[in-house]
Amino acid sequence: MGETITFWVLAVVSVGAALGMVFNRKAVYSALMLGTVMLCLAVLYAVQDAPFLAAVQIIVYTGAIMMLFLFVLMLVGVDSSDSFVETIKGQRFWAILAGLGFVVLIVVAIGNVVFAPQVGLTTVTEQGGGYIRSIATELFTTYVFAFEITSALLITAALGAMVLAHREQLTDKPTQKDLSRARFRGDHPSPLPGPGTYARNNAVDMPARLPDGSAAESSVNRYIARYDVEHGRLPQDPELAEAIRHTAEENVPQTEAEQSSNEVTK
Amino acid sequence: MTTHYLILSGLLFAIGAMGVLIRRNAIVVFMCVELMLNACNLAFVTFSRQVGNLEGQIIAFFVMVVAAAEVVVGLAIIVTIFRTRRSASVDDANLLKY
Repeated sequence: MGETITFWVLAVVSVGAALGMVFNRKAVYSALMLGTVMLCLAVLYAVQDAPFLAAVQIIVYTGAIMMLFLFVLMLVGVDSSDSFVETIKGQRFWAILAGLGFVVLIVVAIGNVVFAPQVGLTTVTEQGGGYIRSIATELFTTYVFAFEITSALLITAALGAMVLAHREQLTDKPTQKDLSRARFRGDHPSPLPGPGTYARNNAVDMPARLPDGSAAESSVNRYIARYDVEHGRLPQDPELAEAIRHTAEENVPQTEAEQSSNEVTK
Repeated sequence: MTTHYLILSGLLFAIGAMGVLIRRNAIVVFMCVELMLNACNLAFVTFSRQVGNLEGQIIAFFVMVVAAAEVVVGLAIIVTIFRTRRSASVDDANLLKY
C-alpha cells in the first residue's frame, strides 16, 4: 500500500518535471526539473529494494552530474535560451507525434504482458548474506573485469575533458607595458568617464555629460544600457534616451584582454 | 506493480527522446539524453526485482558510471564548441554538413 502511494505521487511528479524540462525555455529551469526527476527516481529505487542504487543516484546524478550541468550552463551563459524557430518545417509536430506513438507502443506492449508474481530480492540477498554483501560479491567477482575497465574509462574521461577544455595560449600574455602602449595609441588614453559626471542625475545607467553639455555615450556600461532598452527603462529626456539606445546597439567586439578576464571570472 | 514501473520508465524515455528531437540548446538536449538513461535504469531496477536477480542493479550501476564519464566529455565538447562559435545551439554546428 505504502509503495503504491509513493509510486503514484512520484510518478506524477517525475513525469510533470520531465515535461517541464522539455518545454521550459530557460536552460536553468530545465536543469532544476531534471534534478527533480532524478531525486524522484532515487526514491523509487529505494522503494524497489535498491538502496545502494538510490544512494549512488543521489551522489552521482543529483550531486555530480547536475552540478556539472549547472556549472557549464553558467559558463556558456545562463540566458542562452532556446530559439523556438523551427529549422525543419513541422519538426516539432512530428517529434511530439513520434513521442506519443512511442508511449502508446510501450503502454500497449507492456499492458499485454502478464508478469509472474514478483520474485523479490529477499531470497537472493539472504543467500548472499545481506544486500550490500551480495552486491559486492556480484560486483567484485562476476563483474570485476568490467569494474576495473570502468576505472580506466573514468581516467580517460577526465583526461579527455582536460584536453578539450584546455586552451593553448597562442600569443604572449600582454604585459603592463603593452597594455599602456595600446591605451595611448587608442582614442582613450584616460579612463572612460564615469556615469553621472556633470549629469543631472547620478544613476549608474544615465550617461555623463561632456563639458559641452552633450551626453557621453561611453560612460554607460553596454550591458546596463541594453537592459534599459529591453525593459523600457529609458529616461524621459530624449537626448539621454537616444544616447543610451545608441550605446546598447553598439556592438563592440570583445578585446582579447576582456575575453581572458571573462575566462578568469568564469 | 512491475507494469506500472515499466510504463513510467517508458514514459520518461519517450519524453526524453521527444526533448532530444525538439530542443535546440545542446545542453538541454544532453539533459534529455540523461533522462533517457535514467528511465532505462528504472527499467533495469524494476526487472531486477521482478526476476529476483541482482544483476539488473549492477548493470544500472554501470550505466550510471558510464553516464558520468559521458557527461564529462560531452560537456567539455559543448564548452569547446561554444568557445569557437559563441553559441550552444545544435543548429549552429553545421560545418560538417556538406
